Amino acid sequence: MAQSPAEATTSRNRRKLSRSGTSRNLLSGFLSVMTGLLTLLALIPLFSVLFMLAWQGGGKIVQSGWSLFTQLPPAAGMEGGGIGNAVVGTLVMVGIASLLSVPFGVLGGIYLAEFGPDSRLATIVRFCAKVLTGLPSVLAGLVAYAAVVLPTGTFSAPAGGVALAILMLPTILLTAESVIKSVPSRMREAAIGMGCTPTQAVLGIILPTALPGVMTGVMLAVARAAGETAPLLFTALASDYWMSSSRLLEPTASLAYLIYDFSASPFPNQLEMAWAASLVLVFFVLLTNIVAQIYSARHHS
Amino acid sequence: MRRETSSICRPPTRRELFFDRAFRVGTLLFAWLTILLVVFIVYQIAATAAPAIRSQGTAFFTGLEWNAGQNKFGIGAAIWGTLYSSFLGVAIGTLFGLAVAIFLTEDFLPVTVCLILKNTIALLAAIPSVVYGLWGIFVVIPTLRPVAGWLHQTLGWIPLFSTPLSGPGLLPAALVLAIMVLPTISAISRDALEAVPTKLREAAYGLGATRWEVILKVVLPTASRGIYGAILLAFGRALGETMALAMLIGNANVLSWSLFSPATTLAALIANQFPEASVVERSALLYAALVLLVITLSVNVLGTLILMRSGTQSGGR
Repeated sequence: MAQSPAEATTSRNRRKLSRSGTSRNLLSGFLSVMTGLLTLLALIPLFSVLFMLAWQGGGKIVQSGWSLFTQLPPAAGMEGGGIGNAVVGTLVMVGIASLLSVPFGVLGGIYLAEFGPDSRLATIVRFCAKVLTGLPSVLAGLVAYAAVVLPTGTFSAPAGGVALAILMLPTILLTAESVIKSVPSRMREAAIGMGCTPTQAVLGIILPTALPGVMTGVMLAVARAAGETAPLLFTALASDYWMSSSRLLEPTASLAYLIYDFSASPFPNQLEMAWAASLVLVFFVLLTNIVAQIYSARHHS
Repeated sequence: MRRETSSICRPPTRRELFFDRAFRVGTLLFAWLTILLVVFIVYQIAATAAPAIRSQGTAFFTGLEWNAGQNKFGIGAAIWGTLYSSFLGVAIGTLFGLAVAIFLTEDFLPVTVCLILKNTIALLAAIPSVVYGLWGIFVVIPTLRPVAGWLHQTLGWIPLFSTPLSGPGLLPAALVLAIMVLPTISAISRDALEAVPTKLREAAYGLGATRWEVILKVVLPTASRGIYGAILLAFGRALGETMALAMLIGNANVLSWSLFSPATTLAALIANQFPEASVVERSALLYAALVLLVITLSVNVLGTLILMRSGTQSGGR
């Protein structure tokens, strides 16, 4: 935003006035310095985390190279190894979660934005979605445990996927609604005027126009889900082996769980693995976030 | 003139009308499913917790012991730890988050610098909770230990410093919590500060107020509703935060004022005990989950309502 002429005059006036009342100005200056300092301090953790990841995790990745992604996690006291099965597990579970939550969220979003925006149902649905946004992630895990793990009798990737889907749904639903609503109504009216049914207007005109925004919401939800650990404790648990393609219903490894598990390990190799896994996870999450932001920024302008 | 009739303009066929009907019903179904999901979550947790609710009753809230061997389950210490750590975390997070929000909105910096800072702060929210936990173990705890040791030795008579920091504890957990809620607080407060009409600021400057007199006496009070909403939502997030706390708080059923004492929270208790729990203990843990659900949902609903009301107010102007 450029400074408007009015704002420019205000800041000029401010400078003129600031010559009177030394103590008041001193206090003002002091507070300005303090907020600046607090802002700088707030950035330290981010850089500390990134530095540790680059130093500890980066070191491990350089040391083990590609084998990090092709080997199984090291057992206690063993050298070498990798995080291959955890990377696969995380991708599979996030994939299952997306398959469940994207259609659900987008269709629900279409209802909220197009078919019943002012209905009482929509108000309740919106409220429920906001409530779900604040649902602690452990509780999503417990629900998936009771709903999937108990009936199937085993910890599994689908159970983890269900837990993650519960956490992804509100983000996708609410972004889909707001993005679909922001499509100019003349496009809608033009389509209806040509004889389209509302469904054809939505699927042929409105959804394609809103797609970049919907994708942004999906990517943000995926980034959040990939890093979630608590829901996986009771649903996918962990595994030291590769996922077998024949049996999907068995405990599955994930990057997040591996980090948690190895963080308390007394063995340096496992600790280094935890850092390497963190670096891979954070890289994936930050990349998804940044791509989502650039994507939405480009389509907005 | 025949071409005119082959225009793409035509009324929908019966099949298209049927498909339209079906699709609308489909979206309606998914809207309903969202509500059902919330109901299902509450029902599922409450139903699994039912045996424990019957056997433990209200003594569950005051009991300080969690001993699966003797079937003694109490979440008094966990509730205390949850509230204490969240309160500390949100207090520290609010101080920093509000400072960031003010620094980025009140015309201190060039617009491009603001944008970069804004996006950098947003990245703090993107880092997963486990990674913060790992970082906390290897950076925060070792950094805090000498400071905590000194505080305990010189000021040990103050209840806040009455125990030494032996490793994991309340303060490291609260600090990491503060970092995790900071982006929420700064983002929502920034929206609230930006929504304050420029003419209010100009009027105050016109009367000769200094920059901070304007901020403290005009801008912050006007934006206060949004800021309270931000703090409440951050508090809701802090209450339910699990992994970083499970890794940093020490998981001990201790009721203490000390910042350096190990403690536990409801979410950390569930995360730690559940995987190896028996059926009876699982039911008790779901009782704890129900308590957590009720607390977080009420805090979140309150925060959302406050933000909705502040939204309509500033939108009306």
